[in-house]
Amino acid sequence: MTQLLTSTNKVSYRALTPELELMGQVNVTTETEFDNAKFTCRDVRVHYGSLEALHGIDMNIQDNGVTALIGPSGCGKSSFLRVFNRMNDTITGARVSGEVLMDGQDIYSNDIDPVLLRARVGMVFQKPNPFPKSIYDNVAYGPRIHGLAETRVELDGIVETSLRKGGLWEEVKDRLDDPGTGLSGGQQQRLVIARAIAVDPEVILMDEPASALDPIATAKLEVLIDELKENYCIVIVTHSMAQAARISQKTAFFHMGDLVEYGETAKIFSNPEDKRTQDYITGRTG
Amino acid sequence: MGNYTASIIALIAIVTALAYFYGRRVARKRLAVFTGNGTGKRFHSQPNYHGLFLGGSAAFTALVIFAAGMFVNAQPGDGAAIPPHLVAMAIALSAVAVTLMNTRLIRSDFRARRYVEFFINSALLLCSVIAVLTTLGIVLSLLFESLRFFEQVSIFEFLTGLQWSPQTALREDQAGQSGSFGAIPIFAGTFLVMAVAIFVAAPIGLMIAIYLSEYATKRTRGIVKPAIEILAGVPTVVYGFFALLTVGPTVRAFAESLGFAVPTQSAIAAGSVMGIMIIPFISSLSDDVINAVPQTLRDGSYALGATKSETMTKVVFAGALPGIIGALLLAVSRAIGETMIVVMAAGRAANLTGNPFEAVTTVTVQIVALLTGDQEFDSPKTLAAFALGLVLFVITLVLNVIALLVVRKYRERYE
Repeated sequence: MTQLLTSTNKVSYRALTPELELMGQVNVTTETEFDNAKFTCRDVRVHYGSLEALHGIDMNIQDNGVTALIGPSGCGKSSFLRVFNRMNDTITGARVSGEVLMDGQDIYSNDIDPVLLRARVGMVFQKPNPFPKSIYDNVAYGPRIHGLAETRVELDGIVETSLRKGGLWEEVKDRLDDPGTGLSGGQQQRLVIARAIAVDPEVILMDEPASALDPIATAKLEVLIDELKENYCIVIVTHSMAQAARISQKTAFFHMGDLVEYGETAKIFSNPEDKRTQDYITGRTG
Repeated sequence: MGNYTASIIALIAIVTALAYFYGRRVARKRLAVFTGNGTGKRFHSQPNYHGLFLGGSAAFTALVIFAAGMFVNAQPGDGAAIPPHLVAMAIALSAVAVTLMNTRLIRSDFRARRYVEFFINSALLLCSVIAVLTTLGIVLSLLFESLRFFEQVSIFEFLTGLQWSPQTALREDQAGQSGSFGAIPIFAGTFLVMAVAIFVAAPIGLMIAIYLSEYATKRTRGIVKPAIEILAGVPTVVYGFFALLTVGPTVRAFAESLGFAVPTQSAIAAGSVMGIMIIPFISSLSDDVINAVPQTLRDGSYALGATKSETMTKVVFAGALPGIIGALLLAVSRAIGETMIVVMAAGRAANLTGNPFEAVTTVTVQIVALLTGDQEFDSPKTLAAFALGLVLFVITLVLNVIALLVVRKYRERYE
């Protein structure tokens, strides 16, 4: 797979900022201050036809951690999430303007192929969407289309590793040939995460991944997200305040297409600066 | 006679209308004391239901007398027909009598509405029963006539024999063939023509469906889809002479230029035109099932870095496959039952061959051949048509049932 940026560049990023990474969770930063930014957004606007859904967002997303996007329905948080893997391209009439840098490179420039970008930026949707194939074939789908495995043995390895990382291996290892659609909702969502992991992405975007799950499946999913953040940059849209507080390190509050407040999760939930954020978090609006 | 029937029907309509208006009027008068008097006492049915009850009773009585008169007149023999004016008088008198009798029933607690609702319910039920009984009758008639055929020709010979020449001597003294009824060449011919048709229609129909549902813009789709569905509206006889006069000679000329002798009537001429005919069935049904594949599956594939064609072939097509198979089966059953194209373009010789460039015959062609012209209706030759019809019916029924089951199972999966 073609990497947009050489891996040495990425390593140097991390080498320069080890202490910041360690301190990431306690260090109070404003939106532009941290150095381990995976994405840098400048004046990002999303239009659907003549309607502007996002009004110029400036925001950085940290690498190796969970960033939660919260806000009332229709505030633009899902549109913003779909900016990072250019999924807005698949919607007719949708247009994105502004600058989005991933590891310093503009992902909306002409020499970026959205197909290759999406292999680096995986996505998990609101409703579990396993393909009508076996569990094995679901996970092997991405590696097959991107030619990640030369042999069957290699592919078997990728499938096992991905299912292990997705926290599903122990539950399905004896029935890999069963249809993926036959799993429970929570298992399906973890299968979809394993499917995304199988193409070895750097970022995983999650659009309300727990909204269709029961509390037990949600708890398992949150444990999984907590493990994944060690190796991936995770951006999650959620309607659950408690979930955002539990799993994220940074939280961004969106309202009417604007980024109202962005910072450490602990600070947003204990001491929000903007009244709108406070009203939303305490349940007065929404 | 036509004049007589028309006048009687007009008379029935008139007495019905009069009874209705009379009943409504009487009901209004008798029930008026209950409206707005504040006593809290109510009446059961609105006046127009009383009217409908009276009108319906009068109409029913009149129709019974009319039918009885028709029945008596239709009896052969004595020739003493009941004169029309007597029938008309009987109808008018009985309608008046029934109406006056029913008028006594109009009271606040008379449940006219219930009776009217019951009558409407029964009438609707009767209509559906007629459709079901007709189907049942056709099936039973096929079955019994086939049984008569199998008394003369063994079912084993019919289903496994390789020789089909149904010509038998019409009279005892006539020299002629004994007739042999081995239907295998006919089934083989039917299958061959159908295979050619599916070979033409399945790829083209599926490509059209994929293009329309995944690639075409809204505008293009709005033009192309109705245009293709026009194909389904072309009368099959037009396809038939198209196959006979255009496709057949073209195939023959092409084969001759390569040094082969091919008859004008051939399986390939009939089958390819039949394939064109069933394209809209396949494309339209497949388009529906492809559209029914949820958008979330496509999004999931795109989000993994799949291209449009990868998403189409590996995810959408796999998801829609059961529905597409259902569409193909429906198209096949349609192709098997198709008559006009094969009568004109496939030929009548019962050749047992797998070569599509030869003339073959099909079940439907043979049924036409057996029943056209002067026939005895109890000879094995004629009865063979019923046996062929029964086999055809069973095959298409089974195909339709399988197709519907497959499509239904598929529908449930995404609910």
